[in-house]
Amino acid sequence: MTPLDNVADLRDTDLNDVELDRRLASTWATPKGVWGALSTVDHKIIGRRYIITAFVFLALGGILSLAMRLQLAQPEARFIGPDRYNQIFTMHGTNMMFLFAVPVMEAMAVYLVPLMVGTRNIAFPRLNAFSYWMYLAGGLLLWIAFAIDTGPDVGWFADVPLSGPQYAAGKRADIWAQMITFTEVSALAVAVELVVTVFKQRAPGMSLDQIPLFVWSMLVTSFLIIMAMPAIMIASTALILDRLVGTQFFNPAEGGDVLLWQHLFWFFGHPEVYIIFLPAVGMVSTIVATFTRRPVFGYLGMVMALIATGILAFGLWVHHMFVAGLPRLGESFFTASSMAIAIPSGLQIFCWLATIWAGRPVFKTPFLFVIGFMVIFVIGGMTGVMVASVPFDTQVHDTYFVVAHFHYVLVGGAVFPLLGAIYYWFPKITGRMMNETIGRWAFGLIFTGFNLTFFPMHILGLQGMPRRIYTYQPEMPWSGLNMFVSLSAVILAAGFLLFFIDAIRSALSGPVAPANPWCASTLEWATSSPPPAYNFSRMPVVGSLEPLVDNSGALPVASGLFVDRRELVVTSVVGALPEARESSPGDSIWPLWSALATTVLLIWSIFTPWAVVWGSVPLAIALTGWFWPKGTKEDDA
Amino acid sequence: MRMSPIIWMSTIAIISGCTGNQSAINPKGAPAIHIAHLMSGIVAVCTLVWLLVMVMLVWALLRKRSDAGEQARERGLTTTVSAAVGATAVIIAGMTIASFYTTRDIGIPGEAALTITVRGQQWWWQVIYADPDPALTFQTANEIHIPVGRDVHVQLESTDVVHSFWVPSLAGKQDLVPGRTNSLLLRAERPGIYRGQCAEFCGLQHTHMAMMVIAEDPESFERWAVAQRGNSVNPGKPDAVAGQVAFIAKPCAACHTVRGTPAMGTTGPDLTHVGSRKTIAAGLLETTRGSLAAWIADPQTLKPGNNMPMVPLTSVELKNISAYMESLK
Repeated sequence: MTPLDNVADLRDTDLNDVELDRRLASTWATPKGVWGALSTVDHKIIGRRYIITAFVFLALGGILSLAMRLQLAQPEARFIGPDRYNQIFTMHGTNMMFLFAVPVMEAMAVYLVPLMVGTRNIAFPRLNAFSYWMYLAGGLLLWIAFAIDTGPDVGWFADVPLSGPQYAAGKRADIWAQMITFTEVSALAVAVELVVTVFKQRAPGMSLDQIPLFVWSMLVTSFLIIMAMPAIMIASTALILDRLVGTQFFNPAEGGDVLLWQHLFWFFGHPEVYIIFLPAVGMVSTIVATFTRRPVFGYLGMVMALIATGILAFGLWVHHMFVAGLPRLGESFFTASSMAIAIPSGLQIFCWLATIWAGRPVFKTPFLFVIGFMVIFVIGGMTGVMVASVPFDTQVHDTYFVVAHFHYVLVGGAVFPLLGAIYYWFPKITGRMMNETIGRWAFGLIFTGFNLTFFPMHILGLQGMPRRIYTYQPEMPWSGLNMFVSLSAVILAAGFLLFFIDAIRSALSGPVAPANPWCASTLEWATSSPPPAYNFSRMPVVGSLEPLVDNSGALPVASGLFVDRRELVVTSVVGALPEARESSPGDSIWPLWSALATTVLLIWSIFTPWAVVWGSVPLAIALTGWFWPKGTKEDDA
Repeated sequence: MRMSPIIWMSTIAIISGCTGNQSAINPKGAPAIHIAHLMSGIVAVCTLVWLLVMVMLVWALLRKRSDAGEQARERGLTTTVSAAVGATAVIIAGMTIASFYTTRDIGIPGEAALTITVRGQQWWWQVIYADPDPALTFQTANEIHIPVGRDVHVQLESTDVVHSFWVPSLAGKQDLVPGRTNSLLLRAERPGIYRGQCAEFCGLQHTHMAMMVIAEDPESFERWAVAQRGNSVNPGKPDAVAGQVAFIAKPCAACHTVRGTPAMGTTGPDLTHVGSRKTIAAGLLETTRGSLAAWIADPQTLKPGNNMPMVPLTSVELKNISAYMESLK
């Protein structure tokens, strides 16, 4: 015991570095054991869980796609019957969109954004814990249902009336609709946390024009989530009501409207694409800057492009409905707006090209994935322009051409940057480096396998092969390319397998990583790898876009925070001027109980509307426990 | 992507080799031809743009670097990037305009159009040739005959879920939405058999929901229409006669209509002239006595989940009903 233990309200200014770290650790660290694991609110632990869970869902979704490729390799194959096949493609789409792509991007942000803006924890950390449990419960609900042959079989878009009470008997469509609720809740929670973290918890001095581009992209993405998710929430709730209590939102015979569903779904569904893509834009910008040894060209243009994309994203949804029979004039407007998104996207591509041109490229694995992204995503963008044209779309809509298109956009545009990002931030997250040689092999296999698998699908679509068919007749001219595609999928799968092996092996026994292995310029590299529970011993102060380059000697810091309670600095929205010391909530088990109570309510309500009444009782108890004043210093503040 | 030119070339080889009766890139009808022109234009421009971007990428990655002239370089980059964004805007504006014009060209059926109503059902197509004179109205299933060189206005309706009518060699697709009537212009420039299939996922047997569009010269079309309008011919051969009796006595007649007999069910396809159609079960099997027998004996194995139940029949009844069906030319 040191004399300082008796000092009330001990501040970091009073302590030397060693003593400060010891005390911060005891204030911020997650207790060991199961209880600690269940009640932690550390954004890094939760973010890591989120990332790992999302990658598990990626692997599961990948296995489903291999099952489909096995079935489609030959005409009239009988490996999988229509009922199972419909479940499989629905599961593949639903899983990849709701349980992998969106959550993994948010997960990366949950881990990285607080570090990149130089704060100690995410805003609303207990809500963050709650959001993870909700996400996990939603994922388990979907996969357990699938395992017991109750997986949804109505497509990831669940068009009515096919998903309505008349044509989708049983509970399969309800599982889909309720799984949406889980992921909505968790996504909205994270979005709110990120907006507040970015707006109010940035390091002193990090004005809006000095925010790393990844953080900007997550800010725009979070707003997209906040504005897009309510549409699907209304849609899925209306669907559940139609199915459970006999409302008629979507039944034309009773004055409902079938296209209402499509409008609501795609008003969410199109921004969803950008919810997945914009974080990837941020990842690409980060990786490009680091591996060309210069800041990204045209920072302001890049930020404007992000915002413009975010706004335009809400004006495009009708291009998913070009063959639904809407008025031609209206469709023409949506052709124009859909094409217009090529302008901000083009600007981003050109800025990255300019950055690479002006910089000094270092060909490490993360950068290879970015190069792969450029090659593939631009093809996806081109086919995107094609399907934006109404007449063109009438021929390729709902065919394998579109399957090819959106895999080029989503895998090329989001998964390639994500894999690059994993190779890039892996040392920060785990404290160990991934293997460069295996990384190159994984990239080569995934790049080759991806193009060989998906490029021929463009041609299959033009040759008249529709989507979502479980087999085709031998007289159709599709069997050769389908076999080729299925064989290529094996290469792609091998690449992913190699990636997973490398990640697991490196996490266990990779070479130990220094704090800043890539000589990067953003704040997350200013702390150790992996970062301590409190992220930074002293709060960094930022005066430029590249704090670690411009202050290569030592980073200026702010001081005056308490060390015996969880405290961080709140700064102003625009200039990031320090405004207050704010306490950050400590560990709590109540988010878990609340998530469990919510889960019970939501799953129970698949079976009876009374669940909403009786299920709210345990939820109310859990929330009361969550918000009950505990008399800690964090509560007092 | 390095592979693309090779694959494009191989595509052309594949396309030219096949009959292509369900292909957007082997168009045989005016709307599909207009669209194919637009498609090749857009694909050509996009390929060119992609190649340019790739050349820039390779150059940016591999160029020799020197330290001099940093400032001038940034300025040059700003100009280049702005120019590229400007070019993007011009290109997409061009494509948007081209797209508008194509939409106009394929939109409106002419005055003399023949009107057909197609009603999507899980999982087959009901085809109605309506006439102001109800006596001249007739219906068929999964097979549409049209006269070559004449606009055909297809009215699209659905009785259950959303389907999509797509005969790629003749026109783009259009959804059949319950509670609405959509329309589509169809026109064949050359006689032939054009296959189409449901393009919007519509449940268990979405896969097996095909139809044939048979384009023929106006005289043949008229002959066909006259024949279809007529009631079914009474069978002559003894097995078909026995088959008719069995068909009417068994549950078959509860779902199917054979005009000119007491069979007046409307749940399933109208079978008045089923023997004249190229395929049965929405494109699943070619119409032969054998395939009819196989289908009637066990529809659930051939098309699992479809709405036709397996009706228990003796082997003699099965043989006779198949003979009767085949005789319904």
